Amino acid sequence: MRDVAVVGIGITKFGELWEQSFRNLFVEAGKAAILDSGVEKIDSMYVGCMSSGLFVGQEHIGCLMADYLGVSPIPAVRVESACASGGVAFRQAFIEVASGMSDVVLAGGVEKMTDVDGAIATYALATAADAEYEGFQGVTFPGLYAMMARAHMDRYGTTSEMLAHVSVKNHDNGNLNPYAQFPVKITVDTVLNSVMVADPLHILDCSPVTDGAAAVIVTTVENAKKLGKPAIRIAGSGMATDSIALHSRDDMTTLNATKVAAEKAFAMANMTLKDIDFAEVHDCFTIAELIVLESLGVYAPGKAGEAAMAGETARSGSFPVNPSGGLKSKGHPVGATGIAQIVELVKQLRGEAENGRQLDNVKRGLAQNMGGSGGSATVHILEV
Amino acid sequence: MAQTLTARVWREQPQRYRMIANKDKKSGKVYFPPRLVTPDDLNAEFEDVQLSGAGKIASWTVIRVAPAPFTDLSPYALAIIETEEGVNVTAQIADCDVENIKTGMPVKFEFRKIYEDNEASIIYYGYKAVIV
Repeated sequence: MRDVAVVGIGITKFGELWEQSFRNLFVEAGKAAILDSGVEKIDSMYVGCMSSGLFVGQEHIGCLMADYLGVSPIPAVRVESACASGGVAFRQAFIEVASGMSDVVLAGGVEKMTDVDGAIATYALATAADAEYEGFQGVTFPGLYAMMARAHMDRYGTTSEMLAHVSVKNHDNGNLNPYAQFPVKITVDTVLNSVMVADPLHILDCSPVTDGAAAVIVTTVENAKKLGKPAIRIAGSGMATDSIALHSRDDMTTLNATKVAAEKAFAMANMTLKDIDFAEVHDCFTIAELIVLESLGVYAPGKAGEAAMAGETARSGSFPVNPSGGLKSKGHPVGATGIAQIVELVKQLRGEAENGRQLDNVKRGLAQNMGGSGGSATVHILEV
Repeated sequence: MAQTLTARVWREQPQRYRMIANKDKKSGKVYFPPRLVTPDDLNAEFEDVQLSGAGKIASWTVIRVAPAPFTDLSPYALAIIETEEGVNVTAQIADCDVENIKTGMPVKFEFRKIYEDNEASIIYYGYKAVIV
């Protein structure tokens, strides 16, 4: 396997972008990534997207995006793994460059979610659950994570206040991110008094519905050194799966796909958690950030809530999590999220994070992205 | 949503109407919906089992922001039910006070209407749980 690096990043503003079309979002991010990298051409492209068919009635988007980015006739493929689509697109680009099949690959992600009303958006997202045995019963994603939260509360005594601290911390970070959908500070009381979506999750425990795109350019470390940008090396990549239905898991309070993906990424990188300075994780709901951190081994089962309250995961804490603002504040255009996490890792490792968000002396970061109620997950470790 | 043709609906009737599960003859583990293979054995042999309908609430929530086509029903209670046979099933809890649900409550499954698709002229039936 060849040594592989990220040399270019691009991201759009995240939000309710009524004036931006699905294709233009992707092209804006892709163009920015190509220009940032300095590469003259790309050999191949992966587009992470969960549900363009349901959100905008468009499939065959590898072709569409290659056409509008002006890179036809290169190979371009859409990859889908629900909300982990971006993470999987990045992994495919990594594999293609590492294998020697291509030298420069663009990995992008995009979702245009606000062209449909809320009930249809909720339905489209719910198709990432088991359509026949969860969706048919009226399951929603807030509902699935709410049942994980309830199980975590019953077992470990986790509280709504602990969950609220995750949201407050991520909004503190997102407040400093010029690309964030909701760059506003909030308080624990605001979260606890916000409307209930699926008990015990309030609306401010949930990531929003978002339009947006992100892209990165992946090449060999050797090639990266010629381009003049700091080469951010992809030290490890892991992906794993679990049951699609939450009810089929032996334990609702842990995420085995995340655990296994992390083990694979750490083994490839020849590192342990001690080597990692910070992480971007998939906080689609506040409870998800806690369970992900426990599944990664950052905290023992049941202990991540107390750590959040103690500020350990804040930018100034012992293990900063989601300095970008996470899905909660930055926004969650589902197919783009995995790539947006990589964009933040690269910014932090280059020392380019905006508005005082930059973490001190960070050399290695971890990105964890997951689909559905955790049925698929990717973990990547990047180092400068 | 795309219009559904009826084959997709009647194909699932044994599960949705009668809660037919299957059991791996070797390990005795019950699967719902029925499976064709197990993680341990691609050639596993199964026998059909009808779930008794008895279970208890393993976890639950109240859906207050519903997806199409459930918007008229909200708020509704949704739970993961641990059945007597040991397999977990996701279902709505019908006829309950959504403010008074607790983990561990005993429930039984009943045959209920799930929703109507007016465009396709299909009325969907299946199971919901009620508190015992």
